[in-house]
Amino acid sequence: MTSTELNTSSESVVFSVADKGEMPGNYAARKRKNQIMEGILFLAILMALIPLALILFEVIRRGASAMNFEFLTSVQNISLIREGGGYLNGLFGTLYMVGIASLIAVPLGVATATYVVEYSNSKLVPFIQFFTDVMTGVPSIFVGLFVYTILVQGDSIFGGFSTLAGGLGLSLIMIPIIARASEEVIRLVPDDLRNAAYGLGARRWQVVMQIVLPTAASGLITASMLAVARAAGETAVLLLTALGAFKIVPELLGSPQAALPLIIFNEARGPFEPAHARAWAGALELMLLVLLLTLIARYIGRKTQV
Amino acid sequence: MSSDTNAFQRPAMGSGGKSTQDAWFQRALALAGASVLIILAAMLISTAMNAWPVFTHSGWSFITSSDWDPGISRTEITGSYGALSFILGTLITSTIALLIAVPLAIGCSLYLTQIARPSIGRPLAYAVDLLAAVPSVVYGLWGLLFFVPIFVRPMIKVIADTVGEAVPFLGSPVVTYNYATAGIVLAIMVLPIITAVTREVMLNTPIAEIQGAYALGSTRWEMIRAIVLPRARPGIIGATMLGLGRALGETVAVAMLIGGSQRMPTSLFQGGQSMAGVIAITFQEASPENVKALLGVGVVLFVITVLVNMAARLVIWATGGRVAGDAAV
Repeated sequence: MTSTELNTSSESVVFSVADKGEMPGNYAARKRKNQIMEGILFLAILMALIPLALILFEVIRRGASAMNFEFLTSVQNISLIREGGGYLNGLFGTLYMVGIASLIAVPLGVATATYVVEYSNSKLVPFIQFFTDVMTGVPSIFVGLFVYTILVQGDSIFGGFSTLAGGLGLSLIMIPIIARASEEVIRLVPDDLRNAAYGLGARRWQVVMQIVLPTAASGLITASMLAVARAAGETAVLLLTALGAFKIVPELLGSPQAALPLIIFNEARGPFEPAHARAWAGALELMLLVLLLTLIARYIGRKTQV
Repeated sequence: MSSDTNAFQRPAMGSGGKSTQDAWFQRALALAGASVLIILAAMLISTAMNAWPVFTHSGWSFITSSDWDPGISRTEITGSYGALSFILGTLITSTIALLIAVPLAIGCSLYLTQIARPSIGRPLAYAVDLLAAVPSVVYGLWGLLFFVPIFVRPMIKVIADTVGEAVPFLGSPVVTYNYATAGIVLAIMVLPIITAVTREVMLNTPIAEIQGAYALGSTRWEMIRAIVLPRARPGIIGATMLGLGRALGETVAVAMLIGGSQRMPTSLFQGGQSMAGVIAITFQEASPENVKALLGVGVVLFVITVLVNMAARLVIWATGGRVAGDAAV
C-alpha cells in the first residue's frame, strides 16, 4: 500500500504550492468539494457497517436471552405456541449433512483444483475454471430442485427426503467453493519442490500426491472449512432435500432430516412469540457455529503458510 | 508452471507400469475436473425433463401470463401456470437491491482503497466481507422481526405519504412486508460481493497515473474522478452483474420478507413473490403437477442466473483475471 503514502506526500506538495497562491482558480472551492466527497465516501462505508453491527447486536441480544441449557440439550418443541425445547435435532442434522457433504465435495473439489493447476496445459482447463466460477452462482434453491429430481422423487432405496439427499445438495454447493479456493492454494506450492522431486525420479502422480498436496495441506483444509461454514448456513437446498424432522434422525436414508437453518426458517415465519425466541437462539447458535468454523479455517491457514 | 516441469518426467526411470499409473492418475483428475461441467449439464437436463409436461401444457404463457392456479392431479397437468408475477417479483427486488448496493459498494471500495490508511482499511474491508458470512436465514429472521418493522417500515411510510402522492409505484397502501423491504435487505446481502470485486479492480489502478494526476494539482476527489473511476468501470459492470446473479437466486431471506402474494405488482409497497420464493414456500405442500410447475420456475430461474453469471465472469476475466477472496465465491 505504498501508493497511499505516496499520494499523501504528493498531495502535500500540491497544498504548499496552493498556499503560496500560485494555483490558478478557485482552489478553496475545489478543496471543499474534495472534503465533501471524502465525507460521502466515509458515509458509504458507515452505511455498510451499520447493518452488520445491527445484525450482530440483535442476534446476540435476543439470542442470548433465549439461550439456555435446555435449548442446547433438548430436541425441538412440536408446538410453536408453547415455550421450551431446543434445536439439538437441528444441530445434529446440520453436522451430519455437512459431514456427508464434505466427504463428497472435498475430494472432488481438491481433485478439480489439482487438475486445473498441475495439468494446466489441458484444453479442458479454461472451461473448468470458467464453469467453476459460474457454478458458484447457481441458486441454491435450484440445486435443491435438481437433487429432488434425481434422488428424492425416485422409488429406489435412495428415494424420499433423507440425510443423504440433503448432504448431496450441500456438497454441490461446496464443490465450486472448494475448487476455487484450493486452486489458489495449490498454485502457491513452489516449482522448486516439484522439480526436486522429479529430479529424484518421482513420477508425476507421486509428485502430486506426495509433494504438492501435502505441502498445500493446511491451505486445503482452510478452503474446505470455509465451504463447510457456507454449507452450514444453507437453507433453501435443504427445504427440497432434507425437509426437516422433529427428532434426532440417525438414519442416512428413508427419513427426513432436521437442520438448524430449516427450523429457524419455520419458526420465524409464524406469528408466535415462543417460536420467535427460539429462532433467535437458533440464529445465535448457527452464527457461532459458522464463526467457529471460519476462525478455525483462518487459524489453520495463518499458522502454516505454504 | 507445471507444464514446464513436464520435461523432467520424460527420462524413463521406471517401468512401463508406472507411466500407465500416471495416465490413469491424469484421467481420474480430468474426470473430477469435468464433473463441474457434467453436474451443470445434468442440472439443466434433469429439471427441464421433469418440468417438460408443464412447458408443453402452458407454452409461452408460462412466462407471459400471471395466472398461477395449480391443479391437484397426480398424472396430468390440469391447472394453469403463468409465472409472470414471480418473474417480475424477482426482477423488482433485484433491481431495488442493485440500485442501493452498487453506489454504496463503489463508495465503500473508493474509501477502502483510496482514502483509508491500510491499518484502518484492512479491518474495515474484512468487516464488509463478514456480511457475506451471515447465513441468509439469519438475514430473513433479522429483517422479519427487527429491521423491517423498526427501521424500514416507518421509512417507507414517510416515502409513501410524501413522494408517493405524486410518483407512481410508490404510493399507499403500504403492506408491512413488500417488494421494497425484500429489496432493501437483499441490498445488504449482495453488497459484500460487489464491494469485493470493485475493490480488487480499484487496487489495480496504475500508481503512475495516480501520481500524474496529483502532480497536475488534482485534489484526491478529482484524481478519483479522472483516474480511478474510469479505469474501474468495466470491473464495476462485472461486479454489478455478479451481484445481480446473487440477488436473482437469493431464496430464503426474500421469501421471508417479500410478503407472499401472487398479485401482479402495481406498487413497490405491496406484497409479492419471487421465483425462488414461490418454490421455497409452496414446494412442500405441492401436488405432483404443481411440483412440475415449480421445477419449471426453477429452470427459468436457472437459465437467467447462469446467463447473467456467465456474462459477469466474462466481463471480469476481460478486466484482468479472476477475483480472489472469500466474499467473491
